[in-house]
Amino acid sequence: MGYDGAMAVERRVDTVMVDQRAGAFSRRSIKTDSKAAGLRLAISMLDLTTLEGKDSPEKVRSLCRKAMRPYAGDLAPPVPRVAAVCVYPSHVRTAARMLAGSGVHVASVATGFPSGQYPLDVRLRDVSAAIEAGADEIDMVINRGAFLAGRTTEVAEEIRQVWQACEGAHLKIILETGELETYQNIRKASDLAIEAVASTGVLRDGEVFIKTSTGKISPAATMPVTLVMLEAIRDHFLSTGVRIGMKPAGGIKTAKQALHYLVMVKETLGEEWLTPDLFRFGASSLTNDLLRQLLKILTGHYMAMHDFSEA
Amino acid sequence: MPERLDIIKTCKLFIGGSFPRTESGRSEPIHDGKGRVIAHACVASRKDLREAVESARRAREGWADASSYLRGQILYRMAEMLESRREEFASALSTTSPLTPAKARREVDASIDRVVRFAGWADKFQQVLGCQNPVAGPYYNFSVPQPSGLVGILAPDAPSLLSLVTMIAAPLSVGCPVVGVASETSPLPAVLLGEVCATSDVPGGVVNLLTGKRDELIEPMAEHREIQVLAAARLKPAQRELIQTAAADGLKRVNLLEYSESDWNDDDVAASPWDLEPYIDTKTIWHPSAT
Repeated sequence: MGYDGAMAVERRVDTVMVDQRAGAFSRRSIKTDSKAAGLRLAISMLDLTTLEGKDSPEKVRSLCRKAMRPYAGDLAPPVPRVAAVCVYPSHVRTAARMLAGSGVHVASVATGFPSGQYPLDVRLRDVSAAIEAGADEIDMVINRGAFLAGRTTEVAEEIRQVWQACEGAHLKIILETGELETYQNIRKASDLAIEAVASTGVLRDGEVFIKTSTGKISPAATMPVTLVMLEAIRDHFLSTGVRIGMKPAGGIKTAKQALHYLVMVKETLGEEWLTPDLFRFGASSLTNDLLRQLLKILTGHYMAMHDFSEA
Repeated sequence: MPERLDIIKTCKLFIGGSFPRTESGRSEPIHDGKGRVIAHACVASRKDLREAVESARRAREGWADASSYLRGQILYRMAEMLESRREEFASALSTTSPLTPAKARREVDASIDRVVRFAGWADKFQQVLGCQNPVAGPYYNFSVPQPSGLVGILAPDAPSLLSLVTMIAAPLSVGCPVVGVASETSPLPAVLLGEVCATSDVPGGVVNLLTGKRDELIEPMAEHREIQVLAAARLKPAQRELIQTAAADGLKRVNLLEYSESDWNDDDVAASPWDLEPYIDTKTIWHPSAT
């Protein structure tokens, strides 16, 4: 029997408490050694992303170079490479060629990103094409129109089909929280997405992520939204023992924000989630701010933006 | 009838077009000649400096790309606002420094005229500092002055207003945003200057003013790689050495002024095109000629 979204017990979200709890994470004081470790960890969790209509192969190649070696200078220990490079399907081949053997994953948005407003067979074909081209991670968008219209069974069925089309590639399910209006909807969509993939069989840890946003809609990732999603992941873990990953994307621009997110992950899910296998940042401008703050700790003086390569 | 309590001003910093308190929470009283507290001034920390630099960095392109004419207009507007608060500036100077009221008024007037002078240079220094160079070939060769970038300023203790105004207006007129540290002994005029900037069309972040201890801010300022030029006046030898050593790492240009009191008042010394030269880079362009 297929999964029926309507059967899921809906968990209530207390909006006021979510805001308050999320706000509390940004008041932790993180200094010196812990800060340096946090910054390095955040760099290793980055999905460097370029999703523009004007992306060119050279833009993608330069992003890949940045991914493999975020900082051109010498540091001991060296700055870690980032987790993945995230591009449109048409640039996957370029990225895969550049990143072969580097340990940096190739992620591709698919399923008619960013709107998802295409026939299902087109979206599934999009996924297969990205995987054929060399992507080992797929960032899919859910059908928000159907979700908001209450057709949750349809949304779940689509997610399941996309997951089956992934054939071993990891899947990140973008809820596009900026379009879901309420925390309650975000929680519902998180549970729906997780349970849809879980209904296909046993999942391995980190095989599936839920992701906040496409980055094309404002507001993108915020702390409270991410907290609601982390709690969905926690509840799934407590009932099944399976670790779903989390990826906030868009709007995280400063190292300070990134550290707040790490605090939130640790205090909500625990230390096991503090790895690129289970937590990612979807960002690109964040990289240089992380580097800037790391260099500040290591050298003692403030760095300039022009000390770091663009990409 | 109870005696009225004076409302004593707590002077804040001027960063990014707004007036935040120092992140450090520190302040020091400002006394008048008779030792009475007339206000409190923030003692800025290195984190305040960092914030100020971030704001100036964000404002950099906008100010550099503004037309020279517009920069001149905005500086002139600053002079207008100073003029309308002449008395307030004069009394701030004479109550918090050894200046007599008459001398204080003269310093305020000189400061206003100084801003007007740099407002005038904003669209004229290009003709003086740039040129068409003679070359042996079928080319035109131009040298064009461009703003160097973010300028850090360490103003001397005295003349507290005239020096700060001079050191700020010069980089502003060529298109550089500034982060200034005010006179340590007489910070009140700098605080008022921040209020003038906030009401005179200067875009937020283009002028940032800190009050505090020079010895605390000098090192982070000299080391900060986002600051392209550091201008300072009347430093002690040890401070000079510190600046020059720390600035070497980021190839920061250092402009050390050794003006006497009469020099500050002399337009030909303190406000000539050569006082703008430390804040520009020269771009040289070759262009094929038609022949």
